[in-house]
Amino acid sequence: MLGLGKKDLGLLAAVAALTLLAPFLLNPFPSDSSLAQFNAGYPDLMQRFVIFGIFAIGFNILFGLTGYLSFGHAAFLGVGSYAAVWMFKLLTMNVIPAIILSVIVAGLFALLIGFISLRRSGIYFAILTLAFAQMSFALAYSVLTPITNGETGLQIALDDPRILGVSATADGSIPVTHLFGLEMRATEILNLGPWQFQFSAGYYLCAAIMLAAFYLSIRIFRSPFGMMLRAVKSNQQRLYYTGLNARPYTLAAFVISGMYAGLAGGLLASMDPLAGAERMQWTASGEVVLMTILGGAGTLIGPVLGAGFIKYFENIFSKLNDNVLHGWFAFLPDGLENAVVAIIHPFVGKGWHLTLGLMFMLVVIFLPGGLVEGGQRIGRLFRRKRGSEERAAQQTPAE
Amino acid sequence: MDALILQTLNGLDKGSAYALIALGLTLIFGTLGVVNFAHGALFMIGAFCAVTLQRILSASYVTIDDSRTDFLGNPMEVETPYVHAWFGESVGAGIIEWSVPLAILFSIPVMLLIGFVMERGLIKHFYKRPHADQILVTFGLAIVLQEIVKYFYGANPIPTPAPDALTGSFDFGVLLGFDPNVIIYPYWRLVYFAFAALVIGAVFSFLQFTTFGMVVRAGMADRETVGLLGINIDKRFTIMFGIAAAVAGLAGVMYAPINSPNYHMGMDFLVLSFVVVVVGGMGSLPGAVLAGFLLGILESFASMTQVINLIPGINQIIIYVVAIVVLLVRPRGLMGRKGVMEE
Repeated sequence: MLGLGKKDLGLLAAVAALTLLAPFLLNPFPSDSSLAQFNAGYPDLMQRFVIFGIFAIGFNILFGLTGYLSFGHAAFLGVGSYAAVWMFKLLTMNVIPAIILSVIVAGLFALLIGFISLRRSGIYFAILTLAFAQMSFALAYSVLTPITNGETGLQIALDDPRILGVSATADGSIPVTHLFGLEMRATEILNLGPWQFQFSAGYYLCAAIMLAAFYLSIRIFRSPFGMMLRAVKSNQQRLYYTGLNARPYTLAAFVISGMYAGLAGGLLASMDPLAGAERMQWTASGEVVLMTILGGAGTLIGPVLGAGFIKYFENIFSKLNDNVLHGWFAFLPDGLENAVVAIIHPFVGKGWHLTLGLMFMLVVIFLPGGLVEGGQRIGRLFRRKRGSEERAAQQTPAE
Repeated sequence: MDALILQTLNGLDKGSAYALIALGLTLIFGTLGVVNFAHGALFMIGAFCAVTLQRILSASYVTIDDSRTDFLGNPMEVETPYVHAWFGESVGAGIIEWSVPLAILFSIPVMLLIGFVMERGLIKHFYKRPHADQILVTFGLAIVLQEIVKYFYGANPIPTPAPDALTGSFDFGVLLGFDPNVIIYPYWRLVYFAFAALVIGAVFSFLQFTTFGMVVRAGMADRETVGLLGINIDKRFTIMFGIAAAVAGLAGVMYAPINSPNYHMGMDFLVLSFVVVVVGGMGSLPGAVLAGFLLGILESFASMTQVINLIPGINQIIIYVVAIVVLLVRPRGLMGRKGVMEE
């Protein structure tokens, strides 16, 4: 079905189920319990899960398949955001044209940068893309201020000349983004006993687009084109010797992944119509590399997992503070409690980046295949154990 | 003409910093073949060595002086730095004032140690891994180092002044026959340039004129053969990593008065230093130094008002533009050797 193998179809179905049921799955704790802060089932965070999922899926098409490490992918995300916000300002508050424009603009931008950067490979490619991204960042901050609104960031104002639609609503406020009238911020709240589940229109739009993006990435992975990209990764030299030019393929992969990034940027702006230059900074590029590596580069599900993992922990860890920690460890004797809190303190709250950096290093050192490889290892461990038990069971009667 | 000279001078100090960091990066790349994204963090740690030493030297004890009262009428608490008590008022004040130059001595062992630990503990395990993995793990390390510094020193820049004797400005124009006050240049930047030149000269002569340096150069050219000759090249390369770390640290120590150290200064310099290395030519030491000064001066020319009026924003992107052009026209870099990092 859908041109997928049985296994891929299962994977797609699993991801679809996870994303569609996310408001339930991410809200396992009743809202009045002390564990409620671990809930992630509110629209803003869920949107970020799937949007950065899209970003990482796209990055994985380039890095996971061809092995070209781009350190400037956030530039495409930023360009996509700007394009979307301009669409909101000038044309309509409907998100569809904005998203389409952001994909197109990011694609063109990627074509330009990719055409130049892909002349080199390896570390040179990483530095070239980094240089381009930093350049875009610097320009967005300074000269391009008429387009990007510099440090303040591009926002929607009351006097925007919107062609289709109104500059301001009847009560004089800024109109909100919508999909043919369905407001992106509209949220249905379902109260089930102490649980509260939120269903946001914006989230479901993002989730649907993410599923489409995921489906497309499976198709790319399984296509002859994807095979070609993998050949680039494993041995480009040999590819040249067989008389094939690898560059059109890598360029296509670069543009596709740039368009994914643009899509993610467009969605970010659709959910919250503003765009700032800091989205293009190289730390943002590092983050998507991190998501992909953490989940497992070159695997289908890895980037989605990595994006969810990082965004979840970013949110939870940075919210923890000393009071919460003291609450947790209250059962310990006072001296011990203070000691434990003092040890954990640097890693949470504002120190969340320290945890992130450590996690990143540990993954690269011990688990180069990321979470997916970790899962496989654990799975293999269990299988082997069960296998030996069965063998043991078979051997017992023979005694 | 005077503006040109002034901009050249202005470019020298930034260029010196680029050159020193790029030199260390190239040393590491040339010897160990590792791309070190944590090198900017080493530069930052160097700057914080200066901060730390300043704090250590200013450590003081509190005595209560009954003869004076503070504004509440209580006996006044007087803080006396220990160095004042030990060496007398004037010498002690002098020591605190000169803490940044003194930090040079302090930082060398610290940075060497950090370099050794880093190489033995982490980098060693990444020789055989792909470059992407090296970039990623050192990138992670850079984040960790940066966050540790942020935890201990806070997120705000910490002013670390130069000694009073070196804070003034030098009227360079008078020397060259221009009117006074046309080309003035802060003493400390002059000191920084001289210091950078000294360090660069020391590294080059160390590599050129000592047996140790000769072995290292041989190892850079052909590691396997040197190993076959029964020389423990790994040990020497570890020491070179330590030296590279120390060079970055020294660049940081002396940069502290120019730009108050903050925890992300390393990242800001790192990206540019990589660009410098690539422009100079991967693995070429003279190339790194040359490109460092060249790009520093170019950046300073690009920030002249006349140039900005001509091409707005050029000062922000000039370095990247140059890097892109160089990489495309002469992929090997200005002075890159053949066969280094070429696929």
